[in-house]
Amino acid sequence: MALLRSFDSERLSPSTFAYILMIPAAIVMFGVVIYPFLYNVVLSFSNMSLRHFKDWHIIGFKQYERVFSGKIFYTVFFKTIIWTVVNVFFHVTIGVGLAMILNRKLFGKAAIRTLLILPWAIPQVIVALTWRSMFNYEYGAINLFIAQYLHMAPVEWLGKPLEAFSACIITNVWLGFPFMMTIALGGLQSIPQELYEAADIDGATGWQKFWTVTVPLLRPVMIPAITLGIIWTFNNVNIIWLVSNGGEPSDQTHILVSYVYKAAFNLYRYGYAAALSMVIFAILLAFSLFFLKRTKASEAAY
Amino acid sequence: MKKKRTIPQKIVAYVLYFLLLGFTIAVLYPIVNVFSISMRPSDRLLSTSLRIIPEGASFNAYKVLFTETPFLLWFLNSVIIAAVVMITGVALASTAGYAFSRFNFYGKKSAMVSLLVTQMFPPTMLLLPMYIMLLKLHLINSYLGIIVIYTSTALPFCVWQMKGYYDTIPFSLEEAARIDGSTRWGAFRKVVLPLAAPALVITALFSFMTAWAEYVVAAQVLQDTSLFTLPLGLKQFEASMSTQWGLYAAGSLIVSIPAVALFLFLSRWLISGLTLGGVKG
Repeated sequence: MALLRSFDSERLSPSTFAYILMIPAAIVMFGVVIYPFLYNVVLSFSNMSLRHFKDWHIIGFKQYERVFSGKIFYTVFFKTIIWTVVNVFFHVTIGVGLAMILNRKLFGKAAIRTLLILPWAIPQVIVALTWRSMFNYEYGAINLFIAQYLHMAPVEWLGKPLEAFSACIITNVWLGFPFMMTIALGGLQSIPQELYEAADIDGATGWQKFWTVTVPLLRPVMIPAITLGIIWTFNNVNIIWLVSNGGEPSDQTHILVSYVYKAAFNLYRYGYAAALSMVIFAILLAFSLFFLKRTKASEAAY
Repeated sequence: MKKKRTIPQKIVAYVLYFLLLGFTIAVLYPIVNVFSISMRPSDRLLSTSLRIIPEGASFNAYKVLFTETPFLLWFLNSVIIAAVVMITGVALASTAGYAFSRFNFYGKKSAMVSLLVTQMFPPTMLLLPMYIMLLKLHLINSYLGIIVIYTSTALPFCVWQMKGYYDTIPFSLEEAARIDGSTRWGAFRKVVLPLAAPALVITALFSFMTAWAEYVVAAQVLQDTSLFTLPLGLKQFEASMSTQWGLYAAGSLIVSIPAVALFLFLSRWLISGLTLGGVKG
């Protein structure tokens, strides 16, 4: 700062001044984003692992071959898609549904709205660990509830693959819907009331009004939010890792990012993990470009 | 819309109210559950009762947390790390955002786009190379390493956010200051920056929250118990569920309260930033 003050910013051309303002952030971004990214590219072509930490060398596309030839990539990818689709589906339906209720005249609306945002506000680590404790077989609140009020046999939430995966999804649905709800509420409030009145005059039913007024006008707000939601859910290593305790039982609950985390930091297969990271990035980038392009095209239709 | 409420509409209203109530309970229950566990006496941790206020409720777990565990140390560690990330984040984002908002320069557009693309990186893609770099530089178990990673995580959003706010401040203010003989830096420092105070607050809080309750990175970079941040400490309590369940519950409430308070304070701006970004495409 002192350095900046001392030089005469007046004599610099505007763009030089802009570069100077950007330099600190640019250095940081280069050091911690661009350089590691390039380093990751190099790693993905190398055989680096704990055994070959110092004496690693480039081995070409072998790690990528390993990624695509193993069956595990496809099963985990499939689970990742299920994970993302189920989560985002519930986030959006619950979120928009609650937003529509909250958009009516309602007693205690502001307070309820604040309470409903809480899952988004609580740190994810704590959400995950808390739900893990609630899924505990003997002492967790969920099984106690099932036994005492529904009179059914307790579920072995964390010990079986399907149940453990569902436990992760339940946790993530719980923490994710408030984001969609808040965005949808903002979108609903910006829809002019006259449109609904005009639809009333035309004799539209509630259902028709929903599809002809609410949905098209909510779209431009929800599409970017859903894109973001998909990327966040796809990349969410916290919930899977902490609820299933690192993919338990026997690595059956992984999604791609938690599987990479495991490969890198528990199995020390650095080259393989780097290659898999690149593949995940490519998938996400392709998805985002495709999704945004398609929605731009459909927006033009309105 | 003046319409008489017919009976079916009343029923609909009740059903909707009920739904809302159901969701509110589903949201609150886990929080209440944690609270109730934190109040259990240590000999009744593994209770199968669903009572909210447990029998023999006490604040003992909170006392033990501060007197017999390193919780206070972890708390300080988290505060130090988050505070440094916050200060660096504000310094870097306020200047870079200004450059993006006010000046045209070569590479501006691609720089803005690359900031967005970083948001698509899978979390491990930068963590793994950073981790290996830190290993080689002997920066594992050091705060420098983790602070650098956190700052870079928060920076893209903060730069976009600052740029968006500067865009709403009219150019004419700086022009007036320049005519009065102020330098470019002076106009930024004395005119624009004070006006951008709300955005600076958001940048500060967002950077702070990025660091405050992060687990995945910290678990790899900080391995020495005395350097632990709060999430690592809580995970350790949770891992020995039976004996330290009460400590986990009490600790997680203490960690959540500042985070939730900050979040509720911030949410209005975060959301308007997100929706604005959406409208502009």
